[in-house]
Amino acid sequence: MENAIEVRNLITHYGDREILKNLSFSIPKGKTTVILGGSGCGKSTLLKHLIGLLKPTSGSILMNGKDIAILDEAELDEVRKKTGVLFQGAALLNSMSIAENVALPVAEHTKLNESTIQIMVRMKLDLVGLSGFENYYPSQLSGGMKKRAGLARAIALDPELLFFDEPSAGLDPVTAAGLDELILKLRNVFKMTIVVVTHELPSVFMIADYVIMLDIGEVIFSGTIDELKASDNPRIRMFLERRPEKEAFSPDDYFRIIAGD
Amino acid sequence: MTFLKDINDASKLINETFYWAFVSPFKGRGIRVRASISEMVKAGYNSVPIVAVISFFIGVILALQSAYQLKRVGALIYVANLVGVSITRELGPIITAIIVSGRSGSAYAAEIGSMKAAEEIDALKTMGINPVRFLVVPKLMALMIMLPVLTIIADVVGIFGGFLLSTTVLEIHPYSYFQQTVNALLVKDIITGLVKAWAFGVIITIVGAYQGFKVEGGAEEVGRRTTASVVASIFLVIVFDLFFTALFYYFT
Repeated sequence: MENAIEVRNLITHYGDREILKNLSFSIPKGKTTVILGGSGCGKSTLLKHLIGLLKPTSGSILMNGKDIAILDEAELDEVRKKTGVLFQGAALLNSMSIAENVALPVAEHTKLNESTIQIMVRMKLDLVGLSGFENYYPSQLSGGMKKRAGLARAIALDPELLFFDEPSAGLDPVTAAGLDELILKLRNVFKMTIVVVTHELPSVFMIADYVIMLDIGEVIFSGTIDELKASDNPRIRMFLERRPEKEAFSPDDYFRIIAGD
Repeated sequence: MTFLKDINDASKLINETFYWAFVSPFKGRGIRVRASISEMVKAGYNSVPIVAVISFFIGVILALQSAYQLKRVGALIYVANLVGVSITRELGPIITAIIVSGRSGSAYAAEIGSMKAAEEIDALKTMGINPVRFLVVPKLMALMIMLPVLTIIADVVGIFGGFLLSTTVLEIHPYSYFQQTVNALLVKDIITGLVKAWAFGVIITIVGAYQGFKVEGGAEEVGRRTTASVVASIFLVIVFDLFFTALFYYFT
């Protein structure tokens, strides 16, 4: 199995606090990989490293054989042209219409003329089910539509690699499922490598081919979705069965803490 | 420690801004002309009324205040000299700069700050678009051109304000006021004023952008940074004014 991304011994800090503790894993090409984990496990930080927004303390992130942890900005921009990112809040530029937003990466990185770009924009918006919304502004769209528009922008340059940050966060189940359908379509039709960071279980079971699970900055599982379901690791079971963490203190302990002895 | 880090961050921003504004166009990566023009309209054209009104009042005030003293020595005609020279050399550029820091400097900090908070800056980076080139350079171009232009307007309207008051209230003959002003003003008075205005334009852009990029949290911090950008840019404008005034005093 060919790998799109290989992460080796990734360590990163915020100030003195170690966030990612020596991560090593690989993401297969042409599949949908879900990075799963609870809040504060470091998955958003990991995503920021994978898209080159943060530099690790040490370790390497190999993308098509290039270590993006040591590339300079100009070289990184070349890699970024082949990747698309859908942010949690869609991150559309509010001062531009939807069509201008989708056209932006194309206009910046190619020498295509205006009318060709217009056609490309219409095709991408059609693909995400937003045709007819070209001249709307992001503030006029609902959360789900914003995400679709953000997705149209992310795939504007036909990337090989597509990242999603919490795609279903803040969406109702129906809209979220619609977005999941779209992710499946992109993988099946365009053979893109897709990396999704999420903690939404229904979404994971629907889209994932491959799962990497993080817990407190460490990889505790990597494998296929069936292997995940069959795992008997207690942390994974807790996550899959939605069980809360055990109370750290019994009522008696609490009383002792409050009473001062 | 944080102070040194601030200095480091600010110089990085200045470095990057000047690279994208003046070096990269020669390497085939031009500036965004259309965005620059739209910024010029927002920062320049739209502030013409307020700049004109305020500098008119400043001209009137200046004429009145100087007449108060000059009347006693019977040199009322020198109101023209005082108004002309102090407006072109000093008050025109500084009043314009203070108005523009309040209007545009704060808007830059708020715009970039809220884009940072909404991950829009990160989105630009991941699209391979440099946020400094995309956002800061058009604003820099706009203010570098529009601040001197607004200063010229402030100069003209301010002198006209002084003229109007002197010819009516102080009863100076219009022609002799005009002659006196023309004789008093040197080209270098106007030029030094415009050089200052250009420098103020750079300062206001950089301070606004710097405060905007510094936003880490949400809306509350955007507000705080916006306020900070106005305070800092007015402060720096005056510091640089002192520097330039001293420089021109000794070297022109």
